[in-house]
This record gives sequence, C-alpha cells and structure tokens, in this order.
Amino acid sequence: MVSIKKSVGYIKKSKLHKQDSQLHFLTKLFKSSIVIILFLFIWEFAPKLGIVEATFLPPFSDVVNAWWELIKSGELWFHFKSSILRSLFGFLLALAIAIPLGLIIGWYPLMRDLLTPILELFRNTAALALLPVFILILGIGELSKVSIILFACTWPVLLNTISAVKNVDPLLIKSARSMNISSIKLFYKVILPASVPTIFTGVRMAGTGAILVLIAAEMVGAKAGLGYFITYTQYNFLIPEMYAGILTISILGLIINYGLSSIENYFSRWKQ
Amino acid sequence: MEKIKFERVTKKFLIRDDQKKGALREFTAIQDIDFSVKEGEFITLVGPSGCGKSTLLDLLMGLSRPTKGRILIDGREIDGPGLDRGIVFQQYALFPWKTARGNIEFGLEAKGIPKSEWKERADHYLDLVGLKKFADRYPHELSGGMKQRVAIARSLAFNPEVLVMDEPFAALDAQTRETLQAELLRIWEKTGKTILFVTHGIDEAVYLGQRVVVLTANPGTVKKIVDIPLKNWLEDADIKSNPKFVEARHEVWSLLHESEFIGANI
Repeated sequence: MVSIKKSVGYIKKSKLHKQDSQLHFLTKLFKSSIVIILFLFIWEFAPKLGIVEATFLPPFSDVVNAWWELIKSGELWFHFKSSILRSLFGFLLALAIAIPLGLIIGWYPLMRDLLTPILELFRNTAALALLPVFILILGIGELSKVSIILFACTWPVLLNTISAVKNVDPLLIKSARSMNISSIKLFYKVILPASVPTIFTGVRMAGTGAILVLIAAEMVGAKAGLGYFITYTQYNFLIPEMYAGILTISILGLIINYGLSSIENYFSRWKQ
Repeated sequence: MEKIKFERVTKKFLIRDDQKKGALREFTAIQDIDFSVKEGEFITLVGPSGCGKSTLLDLLMGLSRPTKGRILIDGREIDGPGLDRGIVFQQYALFPWKTARGNIEFGLEAKGIPKSEWKERADHYLDLVGLKKFADRYPHELSGGMKQRVAIARSLAFNPEVLVMDEPFAALDAQTRETLQAELLRIWEKTGKTILFVTHGIDEAVYLGQRVVVLTANPGTVKKIVDIPLKNWLEDADIKSNPKFVEARHEVWSLLHESEFIGANI
C-alpha cells in the first residue's frame, strides 16, 4: 500500500525532478562503465600499435569477431551448454543435500560440536587438489565433474547453514517459546527464516566456487565445456577463439553472481 | 481476587565454582519469593542486578521450573509456557522478517485464532498503540519506541490474562520512555489487564505500579512491598512532584540502598 502511494507521488512530481533523476542515472552509468570502456580501448589499441604482440593478445575487435563466428556456428553454445548443465546440476545437488543437513546438524548442539571440525577440514581442502582422486575413482566422464562441483559447493553451504541455525537470536526463540509453539513450528517459523540470510552467503560462495572448479576440471579431462574449449583452442593456436572462450566464462560468472544476489536480496528484503 | 500467586518460590542452579577448578556449586538465584498479584493490578518489581528477576520471569513464563515452591495463576500451577501470559522484552524480540502486522499475527496464529479474525484484531491493537499507519513496516523501518509498541500490541493481541514486562523501556530515550509509560497506563486502564512490570528505575516503578515489590540480591528475596497511594496518574501531568510520589519514591530508594549497603559489607 505504502509503496504504491509513494510511487504515485513520485510520478506526480515535476518534470524538472524527472530530468534530475535522469541525469543522476546517466552519471551513475558513466561512473560504472568508464573504466571498463577504457580497459577495452587499451585492449583494442595496444596490439594494433605494436605495444604487445598481436599474436598472443589479438585486438578486442578480433576477439569479438571470433566470438560472433563461434556463436553463429553454434560451437560456443554447445560448450556453454555442457558447462552450465554440469555446474547447475552439481550446484543444485549440493544445495539439496547441504541445506537440510546443515539445518539438522545446527539444531543439535552435540552433532554440531562433533562434526564441525571435520567439516572445516573438508572445506579447507581445495577441491581441485582432490581432482586426481575424483578422476581416479569416477573416471573422466560427467560423473567425476558433477561430483567435484558437488563437493566444492557442499562445504560453504553446509557450514554457513550450521552457523546460521546456531546463531539465531536466542531472544527470538525465547519469545516464540513463551507463546507456547511446538518445536516443529519453532523450527520452520523462526529458525528457518532467521537463518536465510546467512545460508545465502554460503550459497553465493558456492556459486562462485562452482564455476572455478568446473573450468579447471574441464581443462584436465573433458570432451566438451568451456574449460575444454579454452585448452583446445590454445593447443591449436586459435588465439582469438581462446579469448572468446575466456570472455564467455567471465559473462557466465557475472550472470550467476547477479542471479544469486537478486535471489538473496529477495529473500532478505526485510533486512536493512 | 488473586491472579498470580508466588508460593515460597526458590530456584537453584549449578554453576562453575570459581575457587575449585572444574567443580560445580549450587547457586541460589531466588529464595522463598512469596507474594501475590491481584486481578487487574499493575505491580512493579524493582531490584538491584542479581536480584534474580530474569529467573523469576522465566519461571512465571513457564520456561523453567522452580526448585521449590510453585507459581499459581487463577489457582492453577504453571506447568509450561502458555498464552494466558504475554511477555514484552527489553530488546523487543520482534521477528525481523515479519512486518508489524505479521508479528502480531504470529501470536494470533499461536493461540489458534481463526485467520479471518487476524486482520481485525491486528488493526485494533495497532490502533491501540497508535501505529495503525505502520502496519506494513518491517521492524528495521521502525524506531525503538515504535518497535516496543508493536511488541506490546503483539502481546496484547492474543488476549493474555497477564502481561509480563521485562524492563521494556530501558533501551529507549528518556522522552520516548515517558510517553510510553503514560500510554501503558492508558492501555492498562482500557484493557484491565493484570500487569507485572520489572524495572531498574525507581521512578518508573513508583510511577507505574499500584504496588512496588522491592527485591534484594544474592539470593533474590522480597524485601518489602510498598503501596503507592496515587490514584490520578493520568490527570496529574506533573505527578512526579506530588509529595506522595516523592515520599513513596524515597521509601523505595531507601529500601534498595539499604540492601546495597549490607551487600557491600559481606
């Protein structure tokens, strides 16, 4: 209600105000994009002016051309698809396992005290260090790749969920308990919503981790995927195509991060 | 009529011994608390830190059990939390992911009130505390005083027999505190609830209470119950200058400082 009234009031305000806010928007856009534009500018002209070797760092326009060709031929989409499917599958599987498990472990102090040290150990074991083990046991197919993403995503989500449940304000629990609500209701009406923001911090960490591990895993042993594509183009000296692949990964990372933070904002909209 | 009756209530805890490492010793938080609160009465409890007021409130809310003695409400012994008692905490304890209305509805749902009545009830109690316009705000969008009003509305909305208040105004600035004190008296007159109000402030205790229970510390016991002979709280704007108020205030002050003095010499 209030927000509707607010926006109606906003529309009614004078044209001058509207221009003001347009100007403000343009300033903001300029501030956030100027350095990127500068960066691309240098990328374009440094090779062209012979400051760097154009064979190893082709001008940005060449990379964009290569990128466009790859999109048209559908080759990039093929690799992009297999990458995103792997990471999504591993990532979602990790959430499905780690969030419920974390809620349970966090709820029982004894379990928490027993398990947290070993979980910390796992979390701090770089997933990539275990890649040979995964390949050894699970082969070089999809299973090993999804598994290592699952492994990498599980720990941050699990540990954050545990600490979220542990750190729910005891006064809120006391307040709810004084209203004589059952343990089950206490759990999903108080503990769960209070934990959401901290759980989401873990989810976002997992999202970043998923891409990192995925690319590395694909570089080592795969027949498709962006990581594979980058190493393949490097071996075949298709340098503009290689940069196109790297650029795609950057964009993929940005999309995932933006998507997750939007979801996070939606679920934490009650916070300051 | 007696609403709440504390019958020689004693609570002991096992705590870590400071002298002997690793050993536990018994600590008596409150001892032989024995008094009753009349139906519709506004009673305030005042005492130094360590007078066991948190312990006493936990017992009254049914969140823990007394070691000895019992607490009765309407003649029935308390055997757990219940919605015949509502509590307001110093730190508001509002659910930050729920709006003011959502917080009030939480209590209504707990009491099993049909959903169709929620809106009307929430509106009524938000109006009572003067926050009708802020129904859809989240707690972080409200000031401290407003949050405490929501907390009061939440506790009143499920219509408890007894309203327990645990230093509800201690975290507020002086101006807001005074406003809320007067409003609480108005709400009390309007609803006729039995209110048990714990505070550190002598002025607050004397201003709000019909009787002031003065507690001593270590262990918490009732030192004296002081009758406050004031009747016209809301009519007299400057009641705190009234000689009767000053006298009562001084009596409570002396009682509290006596015990502090004794405590210092042990």
